[in-house]
Amino acid sequence: MELVEAIILSVLAASTPLLLAATGELVTERSGVLNLGVEGMMIVGAACGFGAAWLSGSIIFGAFCGVVAGILMSLIFALMALGLAVNQVATGLALTILGIGLSGLIGAGFVGERITPAPHLYIPGLTDIPLAGRILFGEDAFVYLSIALVVGVWWFLYRTRAGLILRACGDNHVSAHALGYPVLRIRLYAVMFGGACAGLAGAYLPLAYTPFFIPGMTAGRGWIALALTVFASWRPARLVVGAYLFGAVTILQLHAQGAGIGIPSQFMSSLPYLATIIVLVLLSRARTGGSTAPAALGTVFVPDR
Amino acid sequence: MRLVLEKRAERSTIIALISPLIAIGLTIVTLCILFAILGKNPISALAVYFIDPLTDGYSLQEIAVKATPLVMIAIGLSLCYLANAWNIGAEGQFLIGAVAGSWLAVKTQGTDAGHWVLPAMLALGAIAGALYALIPAICKVRFGASEILTSLMLVYVADLLLDYLVRGPWRDPQGFNFPTTAEFDPVATVPTLIEGGRLHLGSIVALLVVAAGAVLLGRTIKGFEIRVVGAAPRAARFGGFNANQLVLLTFAISGALAGLAGIIEVAGPVGHLQPGISPGYGFTAIIVAFLGRLNPIGILIAGLFLALTFIGGEQAQIAMKIPLDVTKVFQGILLFYVLACDSLILYRFRLISTSPKVQSGAR
Repeated sequence: MELVEAIILSVLAASTPLLLAATGELVTERSGVLNLGVEGMMIVGAACGFGAAWLSGSIIFGAFCGVVAGILMSLIFALMALGLAVNQVATGLALTILGIGLSGLIGAGFVGERITPAPHLYIPGLTDIPLAGRILFGEDAFVYLSIALVVGVWWFLYRTRAGLILRACGDNHVSAHALGYPVLRIRLYAVMFGGACAGLAGAYLPLAYTPFFIPGMTAGRGWIALALTVFASWRPARLVVGAYLFGAVTILQLHAQGAGIGIPSQFMSSLPYLATIIVLVLLSRARTGGSTAPAALGTVFVPDR
Repeated sequence: MRLVLEKRAERSTIIALISPLIAIGLTIVTLCILFAILGKNPISALAVYFIDPLTDGYSLQEIAVKATPLVMIAIGLSLCYLANAWNIGAEGQFLIGAVAGSWLAVKTQGTDAGHWVLPAMLALGAIAGALYALIPAICKVRFGASEILTSLMLVYVADLLLDYLVRGPWRDPQGFNFPTTAEFDPVATVPTLIEGGRLHLGSIVALLVVAAGAVLLGRTIKGFEIRVVGAAPRAARFGGFNANQLVLLTFAISGALAGLAGIIEVAGPVGHLQPGISPGYGFTAIIVAFLGRLNPIGILIAGLFLALTFIGGEQAQIAMKIPLDVTKVFQGILLFYVLACDSLILYRFRLISTSPKVQSGAR
């Protein structure tokens, strides 16, 4: 029983950065912009978040700086992809390359340092309930925030006028423009939201998941988050399922390694990446009658006057 | 007043020619600011980065050695990007090529195998790289899965496979437990061009690849098809060109070139298989491809330039204690400027008044 509880707790923790980053990217992509720089924004968020938390001693300030760093990175992307109408795939790649270099530069000063990780919730009575208590009432704030964020994004996209307009921009920017909506400005906000979420997701890693920073610690999570938006068919509810599924794969392969089942650890470590490929293939194949992707995803828009 | 982007009536040939130079200039200005922030003298740092490596024979050879994989991979990638197929997993194909070729080197180690070993290793590397690149290409053509994500995921898988092999079955028994194979036999090693130097036969192969790329793109029907499919997909359909077949072809070629570059790197400058054989050649080659404007000759020049930044970065770390990550930042910024300047070939900026209606009403 204790092992099951421990596994579920670690699955939740491993899934949270994926869920945070993927939620942000989902909003960005729903507005019609494909930002492939999630990995770069995450790793800079991780470096800035850890640096700020280590210097100030405050997890909240660290998370805040992670968010700001993510937004600043996304603004570079917005300037290029929206302002200068550059190919979004190439720009996103450039953002990732830049982010990996920048994070090394920023993080060089505090590699090897440790901080006290984000505290877990404790409600006397509730948290002590066997099995379910710690899972439901004993998480760190990021876990609750990530779920609140998904619910908020769902409500925004499907229950508000602004969300409808954002989706319109993603499906047909020419029509949205003709109706008088400021397509580029809406996309700018969506890109910034994606950056904020990716920065927070990155900051989560050194602030709560492992209490230290190592270069390249995101280890492809940004790319997996991108795959998750495809997995979720760009719908927030399915994103939760996908993120927890991937968290589970990550944790189960770690436990399998620990149990010593005789399969080399490198093969187990490659499982999340192979799972991503298999899921992408199965989902793309299962879809009939056209794609569910936002129709204008990844296309350049230059308004004509 | 507001600054807006506007489509040019036709592409600007002047900017098309000078845009890579503007991009490099802007990157160097940005780099100076970065050096100043790090508390280094920008002028002397720039000298260490870009001038010093050009002044001694050893560094010049080293630039050619580093440019070899970059140019080979970037030529392949440029074919993919021209055909609008996004192979970003060249790093993985490079590693798999290195692994496949090393298999033969490890198996023939200490035997009296003849001079057939090296050519066979190179062939194995190229074939393995091509097959590895075909995985995302087939997933895309057959199932519609994004080749961007699948090709990138395979980089991590290749990295882990290499790690397993050199820590497990292929580890050098006399290697003091270091994760590396034994040094390859002389028949399994790429010969150097100068006695005792670093320059090796691979650089000649890279030049041949550039020439082959130029012929393919400029002088053959296939090259024409590749360019049309990327630039005008509708016209390509009317022309009866098979876009899916071109995705498979360009991925296979780029995978083969990356794999070949991988085994040449291992059998040449490195001399054995170990983790960390690539300082991100597969990713830097993406920058090389764009900086070279997806043109074989341009890629050759861009490859030499980025190789210079690798060497300059190493020397700056030794001489001025500038972190090695500055090189990666530099490469990222360079790609941004290249893409931004390229945008000005098709678009231009114009200042417009924000409230034209009010003005006409006042008249």
